[in-house]
Amino acid sequence: MTQALTLDRVTAHYGSTKVLEDLSLEVGEGELVSLLGASGCGKTTTLRLVAGFLQPTSGTIRLGDRDLTRLPAHARDIGLVFQTYALFPHLTVRDNVAFGLKQRRIGGTKRREMADRMIARVGLEGFAERYPANLSGGQRQRVALARALVIDPPLLMFDEPLSNLDAKLRVDMRVEIRRLQRANGTTALYVTHDQEEAFSISDRVAIMNAGRIMQLDTPEVLYSRPANSFVADFVGFENMIPMRAVAEAGDGVRVQMEGGATLDLPKDRFTVPARDFILAARAEGFRVEPEGTRGGLPVTLGLRTYLGRAYQYRCETYAGEVVANGPLATPHDSGTRAVLVPQPEQCCLLPVEP
Amino acid sequence: MRRTHPLLIAFAVLTFAFLLGPLVIILGAALSDTTFLTFPPQGLSLRWFENIFEISAFRRTMVTSFSLAVGGTALSMLIGIPAAYALARYRVEIPRFLGNVYVLPILIPEIVLGFSLMKSVATGLGLPIITSLLIGHALLVLPYCVRVVGASLNSFDFSIEEAAVSLGCPRWKAFFTVVLPNIRAGVIAGFILAFITSLNDVSISIFLTGPGVSTLPIQLLAHMEQFFDPTIASVSVLLMLVTVAVMAIVERTLGLTFLTK
Repeated sequence: MTQALTLDRVTAHYGSTKVLEDLSLEVGEGELVSLLGASGCGKTTTLRLVAGFLQPTSGTIRLGDRDLTRLPAHARDIGLVFQTYALFPHLTVRDNVAFGLKQRRIGGTKRREMADRMIARVGLEGFAERYPANLSGGQRQRVALARALVIDPPLLMFDEPLSNLDAKLRVDMRVEIRRLQRANGTTALYVTHDQEEAFSISDRVAIMNAGRIMQLDTPEVLYSRPANSFVADFVGFENMIPMRAVAEAGDGVRVQMEGGATLDLPKDRFTVPARDFILAARAEGFRVEPEGTRGGLPVTLGLRTYLGRAYQYRCETYAGEVVANGPLATPHDSGTRAVLVPQPEQCCLLPVEP
Repeated sequence: MRRTHPLLIAFAVLTFAFLLGPLVIILGAALSDTTFLTFPPQGLSLRWFENIFEISAFRRTMVTSFSLAVGGTALSMLIGIPAAYALARYRVEIPRFLGNVYVLPILIPEIVLGFSLMKSVATGLGLPIITSLLIGHALLVLPYCVRVVGASLNSFDFSIEEAAVSLGCPRWKAFFTVVLPNIRAGVIAGFILAFITSLNDVSISIFLTGPGVSTLPIQLLAHMEQFFDPTIASVSVLLMLVTVAVMAIVERTLGLTFLTK
């Protein structure tokens, strides 16, 4: 059983502070969507609203054709996995996993059978009689996962489930979570502040800031085509260069940087969104060319650092510092004058935010 | 090995002497075969222990004291556990000072508390003596209930409760199936601490006892005004033994560190 989750213009307050504003989100059947953002961005609030631990000020939350908005938390039928695992310390692994089944009045023998099968599925055979205190962090999170999955919920939610685990285990567990979620075909909402984690397991990721979704898309699109400078900065675009379109120049647009330097962007490869815009580029988004090359930013190469796959230069321009990578084959000395030609595949022209 | 300074040894010995000396003296006096309080005991006898049970006032007040300690503590827990729960669960939402209100009975001089209770509950509302005593003792021990239960709740991860709710357990039921079992130690420790406090209380009870109804410590005072025999000492020893026994149970089941946390 799996259902789509729909949030429609949900607004939430803590006291008089607005923590979520007009948030709309749809998680399709069997899809895994992550909410990604720094602490305080509203991602956990969103999850707690769906779980029923918080009430929205306005808006509706639907799961399949059920309206959850006013439903008490215990009647929502959602599997939850917590950051702190939240296992019941006074119950064995088996009783922890069977807890939800007991609430659903599933009889003793059947309950035990289902619990044991799920315990085996998360790879914890032989641990059924143990208490949570005698398990490692990774094992605890497996129990938490089994406990949430065994009730076969139409929706699974994860609240930073891996942040208490060490780095190696975190990678294993996220693969495990993704595998189980895929195998069950359960719709899932996953909250994390870890970009790598979100990108690696999600079908789509919502990058959040200040109670809003800044962009919701596949990891691939978010990584290469951010829609605004917040997302660009979040996914690691090192350079955000304010520019202004000043004139047509044959088959291109002549744009001017702060400080007066101009370059021509070919029209067939760049679409200028407005008169004032931002050129967002990763360090590898420029080609370092000799002084005088057309269609690039004139710079003075500064400090060179070795990255293994390339050299990175801190470049001085009139508009401030720009970071660019150059090939290993042709190292340049500090002080060399050069031109950085933006590569359309790795640069985005973004609107200036108000 | 480092040598311990002789002054430190002397200090330690003195401290222990002050702590334990009076108890030893009472124990000795209780065992004395004389009709007056004396130490060291002259002759050994248990007759003053038997005497406790022969004096009906002691028998009666003993029952009163134990019932009060159980009833008052139970009543106090009924108020204290939900209060401690709310204070821990809604730490952010609830103003700080509200938590301190529950500690007031410890901070206010007991004699003031006793007097004000007499004025308000006993004579003001005209409640029966035993009811006033019950209310007084419940109030007296409330800080222990709230604080000790609160200590367990403060280290309780409330996501555990939310996990139970998310699995289909209504909140009231989650409290009993998930929260209570995990703060059990705090509830037991709080109960015992409150029980002992109530059992040994004088200051509040002295204002609230009246004709026909008294507690053991109050009866002890009344007895001492008339007779200066070793019965006083033997009752004291008995109260001490109950306290020690209860403490031993706490130590065995939970560890005394629980009370100092």
